[in-house]
Amino acid sequence: MSIDKTSAAPQDETVVENPEAAAAAVTAVDPRLLVREQGLAGYLGEFKRKMKAGDLGSMPVVIGLIVICIVFQSLNSNFLSAQNLSDITVTMVGTGMISVGIVFVLLLGEIDLSVGSVSGAASALAAVLAVNQGWPEWLAVLAAVAAGLAIGAVHGFFFAVLGAPAFAVTLAGLLFWLGFMLKVLGENGTINLDSDGLIGKLTTYFFADVAAAYGLALVVVAVFFITSFLGNRRREAAGIPSRPLSDTLVRTVLLAVVSFAAAFMYNQYKGLPLATVIFLAFLIGTDFLLRRTSYGRKIFALGGSVEASRRAGINVTAVRISVFAISGGFAAIGGLFLASKIASANQSAGTGDLLMNAIAAAVIGGTSLFGGRGRTWNALLGVLVIVSIQYGLQLESIAEPVKYMITAAVLLTTVVIDSVTRKTQKTAGRA
Amino acid sequence: MVHVSATPVLALRGVSKRFGAVQALTDVELEVHAGEVVALVGDNGAGKSTLVKTIAGVHPIDEGVIEWEGSSVQISRPHDAQSLGIATVYQDLALCDNIDVVGNLYLGRELKRRGVLDEVEMERRSRELLTTLSIRIPSVRIPIASLSGGQRQTVAIARSMLGEPKLVILDEPTAALGVEQTAQVLDLVERLRERGLAVILISHNMADVKAVADKVAVLRLGRNNGVFEVKTTSQEEIISAITGATDNAVTRRAARSNGEVSK
Repeated sequence: MSIDKTSAAPQDETVVENPEAAAAAVTAVDPRLLVREQGLAGYLGEFKRKMKAGDLGSMPVVIGLIVICIVFQSLNSNFLSAQNLSDITVTMVGTGMISVGIVFVLLLGEIDLSVGSVSGAASALAAVLAVNQGWPEWLAVLAAVAAGLAIGAVHGFFFAVLGAPAFAVTLAGLLFWLGFMLKVLGENGTINLDSDGLIGKLTTYFFADVAAAYGLALVVVAVFFITSFLGNRRREAAGIPSRPLSDTLVRTVLLAVVSFAAAFMYNQYKGLPLATVIFLAFLIGTDFLLRRTSYGRKIFALGGSVEASRRAGINVTAVRISVFAISGGFAAIGGLFLASKIASANQSAGTGDLLMNAIAAAVIGGTSLFGGRGRTWNALLGVLVIVSIQYGLQLESIAEPVKYMITAAVLLTTVVIDSVTRKTQKTAGRA
Repeated sequence: MVHVSATPVLALRGVSKRFGAVQALTDVELEVHAGEVVALVGDNGAGKSTLVKTIAGVHPIDEGVIEWEGSSVQISRPHDAQSLGIATVYQDLALCDNIDVVGNLYLGRELKRRGVLDEVEMERRSRELLTTLSIRIPSVRIPIASLSGGQRQTVAIARSMLGEPKLVILDEPTAALGVEQTAQVLDLVERLRERGLAVILISHNMADVKAVADKVAVLRLGRNNGVFEVKTTSQEEIISAITGATDNAVTRRAARSNGEVSK
């Protein structure tokens, strides 16, 4: 799976004398685990093997999304309309951002229950600074995000340095920051934001130019292809197994179909939403951070074995604090998007089912509750499922109580899938 | 035995270690030469683990001298031991199940290229390393969880080799391994010796000790109880040194009465 995303460069001088022989010596033992053969048969073989071993990945959620689309589209033909889909992808950004932070914490095998309150507190802080104190909005936004990072770092300090359970620390945080938000908002309880200001624009700005959506799709596809291609060439040059070109092409085509379909859909309505672009940028950035940097490797290591990480010289305390800070930071960013959506900061921000939805989205998307497995893209898939269900039920005018119950059922299903696949993986020797 | 140098790579002289009221080690002597496998044996609580931890820098010594290649050194932190060239593979291998073999080999010392993990170079070097050690695993890109116990042990040992150490300490490497896997690990130990490394092997298994070790150092109740050449010593002698069968009320009485008879 791991392809170096950087471009090709001249090779190190110390190449193995005989790469083929070396490769054969290392991999000649266990055919069931070898890199798959080429072509369609290879795909099927690997797919079957993964299913048997319980390595489901994002499979259940992708199937779930397709089922959701089919069901709601057959109930109401407006579900797959450009307007509805565009609304869904803008609305999901607030919860999705919070969920990205949750993915980081879940990778450690911990939980952050404070993100809902922190998002509310951050939006209240931004509103007070921008509207009541008259700060420029960009500064208020920066202050709110910095506050989110600091709040998360405080939670992380209590957990990592003082050894209090993250569950309890962030539960206290949930209450504290809820109180903080109510105090900041004061008597009035609601602060209306300038809908033409920076925060307001976050969810209302659309790149109306048709070229924007298509251009972004083209850039994404091209960058993906070039990095995959160059990465593979570098692997070939180093004499280690690489993906065949056909493989890269298939993936590129799949990505192109999805990207251009999305771009086409957006252009049928108002154009490419700014919120979605920012969300994608954060997803790509965090995915890069987790899988391509040593910091990300440390987070996965901590999720796998704390003792092993410590022996490997990883500063466990620092990584833990930083991860909680990231979670707090993303909660603040998510809070700003949620406030932007309703163009105000009010007392109900960050309450209700927001926390549960953010955690559910991470888990539904395929992040393991047991730590060490997951990607930030899981947050995107999971939040798509949750918001799609909400919008679908709304189109059917189904009342709030039923929405809660259905979302709960989806969450429970995914947790069960996570637990069962983990069991299967254990018996298949993969967890 | 392969060539053995005159100056020991590591020498402990009169090392003592106390934990509160418990005297864990008393005046322990130990010498390990390059290209030599020294088995450290002893009953439970004899001080093997404590001794290893003092060498690895986990527990600094209270008294005595540690000599590294002939000169006296201070080992007060694990980092000191590592920078000298001492690699320790503990019994609980300290591998991350969810990370693949390459990731585990390079955990905490990832290779980077323009600030980004250099997966290609790490994978290439991992394969090279595993090949030179003749370690056979299905793929370097599968999670540790998919490997057998013996394969995990070999990965852990291979990982200790990345820092190019001069002394490798293996804590019970064959405990809980099957026959075939034990043989693989012992093969690997021999390969380390062939590469001119000094190896300290902690083991309870006399068959393993006889198979790969050059010398056996016996600890009993935190003290030296003899260093034996494996070739010229029988298993019974080693075991009696471990259990103290050579030095108890019965043997002392037997020795006395023998002495009286011979008068």
